[in-house]
Amino acid sequence: MALMDLIGMTGIQFFGKMSASISHDLKNVLAIINENAGLLEDLCLMANKGKALEPARLKRLAEDVKHQIRRGDRIITSMNTFAHSADIDSVPIDLRELLGLLVELSSRYASMRGVSLEVDRPCDSIMATTSPFILLNLMWHCLDYAMTAAGPTKTVELTAEKTPDGARLHFRKLAGIGTVAGTFPAEPESTLIRVLNAQIRLDPDSMEVIVSLPAEFKGTDNVVNRNHGDTIGGMP
Amino acid sequence: MKVLLVDDEKELVTTLAERLALRGLDAQWATSAEEALSRLQTESFDIAVLDVKMPKVDGLLLKKQMQAKCPAMKFIFVTGHGSSQDFEAGALEVGSDYYLVKPLKIDDLVAKIKEALQR
Repeated sequence: MALMDLIGMTGIQFFGKMSASISHDLKNVLAIINENAGLLEDLCLMANKGKALEPARLKRLAEDVKHQIRRGDRIITSMNTFAHSADIDSVPIDLRELLGLLVELSSRYASMRGVSLEVDRPCDSIMATTSPFILLNLMWHCLDYAMTAAGPTKTVELTAEKTPDGARLHFRKLAGIGTVAGTFPAEPESTLIRVLNAQIRLDPDSMEVIVSLPAEFKGTDNVVNRNHGDTIGGMP
Repeated sequence: MKVLLVDDEKELVTTLAERLALRGLDAQWATSAEEALSRLQTESFDIAVLDVKMPKVDGLLLKKQMQAKCPAMKFIFVTGHGSSQDFEAGALEVGSDYYLVKPLKIDDLVAKIKEALQR
């Protein structure tokens, strides 16, 4: 059984949410390029009527367009990486790269909620062999919760670390974690945790959510469909 | 005719304001709901063009807050998406005729501004 079959609608909903956010960002990029092009047309019309064109103004417009093209390229590159994350069940991943991708994909959503995302990027790679799409999905759920639990500082810090038996992801600075009702992890997160053979811990003292991952995820061989009355991800 | 453009994309509102100014409208801009409300303390506007999706306070809520301060003010909504959910929310607030989808056509926007002000 493919991993995607095990997470079902949770995966589709995640893909839909990310796609909607990315397409919204791209619409804004196009809207700005559209206005810059329109302003260039306006200036040309005025030049035809005898008003001198200002080279400095034209240069600024060209720079604005180039800036938006770089922004659009970055968004599409992230979208492409995200889309391909669903291609394979299990692959070695540098968790630092995955954190970067998560922040890139979530930046608009965070901005809408007035939350700043900070990545504390370790110098050395933090490798784990796992499903990138399902792990991103779990990280997104954790980040969504973390944004709710961020409290008045409205900042979430994300980082990763190696552990003797795998790796950990941290969602920190959750000043409001003690005041958020205990609804996390709920069913979607629990499914993702089981499939990834991961663990989640909420620590009100250090104000963080911690995700522990095994160094090597065994893929579907490790996963038995719950509907068949057995265990998933080695957990009872 | 004084227009307030509100969108969290600064490059969009500044360029749009410049283009509206070239068409004879006095267009000012703000990049957040807070900034827009703050401008209303010292200036009055005939119409506001609001992005539906903005950080913290969205366009729909901002319209209500602005209307409480300036009951005669008119509104046009702009959104990145023509999704049915967005459209229904926007159309309920201002009517489907005053709900535009990005990228905008400047002539359409100017026409809608003038039309809204003649209502």
